[in-house]
Amino acid sequence: MKRQSILRVVSKLLIPYILLFALYVQFHGDYGPGGGFQAGVIFAAAFILYGLVFGLEPVRRVAPPEVVEKVAALGVLVYAGVGVVAMLKGGNFLDYSALEQHKAHAQHHGILIIEAGVGITVAAVMISIFQAFAARRAGR
Amino acid sequence: MIRDQLPALQIVVPLVAAPLCVVLRRRAPVLTFALAVVWSTFAIALALLRQVLADGPLVYALGGWAAPWGIEYRVDALAAFVLMFVSLMGAVTLSYAPRSLTHEIPKDRLHLFVAAFLLCLTGLLGIVITGDLFNVFVFLEISALSSYVLIAMGRDRRALTAAFHYLVLGTIGATFILIGIGLLYMMTGTLNMADMATRITAVMGTRTVLAAFGFLSVGLFIKMALFPLHVWLPNAYSYAPSTVTAFLAATATKVSVYVMLRFVFSVTHVRMDFGYSDLGALTIAFSLAGIFVASTVAIFQNDVKRMLAYSSVAQIGYMVLGISFASVTGLTAAIVHLFNHALMKGGLFLAMGCFALVIGGVRLKDLEGVGRRMPWTTFAWVLGGLSLIGIPGTAGFISKLYLIRAALELDVWPVAALILLSSLLALVYVWRVVEVAYFRPPPEGVERREAPWSMLIPTWALVGASIVFGVWTSGSAGVAARAAELLIGIAP
Repeated sequence: MKRQSILRVVSKLLIPYILLFALYVQFHGDYGPGGGFQAGVIFAAAFILYGLVFGLEPVRRVAPPEVVEKVAALGVLVYAGVGVVAMLKGGNFLDYSALEQHKAHAQHHGILIIEAGVGITVAAVMISIFQAFAARRAGR
Repeated sequence: MIRDQLPALQIVVPLVAAPLCVVLRRRAPVLTFALAVVWSTFAIALALLRQVLADGPLVYALGGWAAPWGIEYRVDALAAFVLMFVSLMGAVTLSYAPRSLTHEIPKDRLHLFVAAFLLCLTGLLGIVITGDLFNVFVFLEISALSSYVLIAMGRDRRALTAAFHYLVLGTIGATFILIGIGLLYMMTGTLNMADMATRITAVMGTRTVLAAFGFLSVGLFIKMALFPLHVWLPNAYSYAPSTVTAFLAATATKVSVYVMLRFVFSVTHVRMDFGYSDLGALTIAFSLAGIFVASTVAIFQNDVKRMLAYSSVAQIGYMVLGISFASVTGLTAAIVHLFNHALMKGGLFLAMGCFALVIGGVRLKDLEGVGRRMPWTTFAWVLGGLSLIGIPGTAGFISKLYLIRAALELDVWPVAALILLSSLLALVYVWRVVEVAYFRPPPEGVERREAPWSMLIPTWALVGASIVFGVWTSGSAGVAARAAELLIGIAP
């Protein structure tokens, strides 16, 4: 798609806003529709659009497969880490109330971190699925 | 404090370890770390079993939300027993894995393999420990998805189609289970098993509950590979890496049988033999048909791994037969056979892995004269085979003894006779291998070469255990009997 200048320009314009919207969906998930899964998919959509228009190599430079693999694992660790911290603080696994003194704040922060973990993993897995399929077509 | 957290740790430890393996990436740290994790998972399971046998069932409210609103983990004698042997098999097979995997898995994928293995273990343990029906489905999917990945990692390219085939059927099974759970939720308004058990009595016998029961049973029959819904199993077991075959054969189908037990006896109290859905008669017929058809098919296999896979289908038949009797003895037979079969089939498949590593093939032709080339491995195989037949002094004998006693208690002589007869079929397929291994000369010019110790020790540990538990039964059949009484509702 090297010669499709409209597509290239429009995607360049759109990608930052897609990323921003993903973050909005991520952190607004507890007040409105949204949450980690949706946000992760939207975030990955920006990378996928970039890959579709500019090719696999550029998107691999931005998000190297080895790094994406680690980031996917990191999201799960963030999620489970909240649970483990709650356990260390004397609560049950994933008992957010144990995280802080103020219970309502603890619940709020707990779910935000959990959703962040979900978002990170979903985005990374979507990107790596796209890269795996795209690499296959290119014969690599 | 850590004592109270044991039920959660049982799941959390392998769950957290899986992504950590992906981050660690390098071979030596990943393997050392994963081994430490699986053995500590087993230690947790042992501690749980001790605690449950001493003080009765444990309940753990996840996230501090009390049941029935939150998800609860519930460990009773049955759950603790199954947790114990599933984590044991995970630990033993992963200890066996490093040497075996070097020739089966590309180097750069080892960390991903270990991560998938740990996730599969997490899923299987989760299914057993949870007291929430929807949570069962979630863990079922975790274990299933990771087992598709594990199977697809086989060296043979046919592993890919085998994994895909399993994926399609496994997904159908999981969907059926989900529909069944959904229908039950619709009728009772709860997902907690204990809560559902009290509420379901009011709506028992309605068409919706009947449909839910049907969906759940069929879904579980696919997952446990009960004849005639076993078609995914032989290929999946034949082409998966040896470690994976041994692990899945020893745990995955067993856990589905466990869900069946839980669902039938703890949640719905459907007495399978008392006409509610004619399921009892149906499952007796299917399990007997499975035992005979699968054993007969096993006799005609030339690939020994495949032979054992068909034998697994037959063994599932014994377990379901025990459940169908719906008596304490019958359930004891089913539960103890879960454990005994895990030991012997795990040992047999590990021995197959040794053959595959040293000889390079596991068809009958490859095994000619192997008794002289690899005496230790072959002898382990033979002991496992004897246990499979049910020779007195082996674990297999104990299972069959309880099964026949259960049949005699219910005065179904023909079934008892058929069980005895089916052992002869097992004798035939085991003998085919023994004959080739000991009475055929090895091919010209091959030297005596044994499998490495790191693989022989786990193999012998399982085979040895299947002999030990053929003699010392209070650790297996004793606990199984307690679990069975709990399910039938005699003991608290």
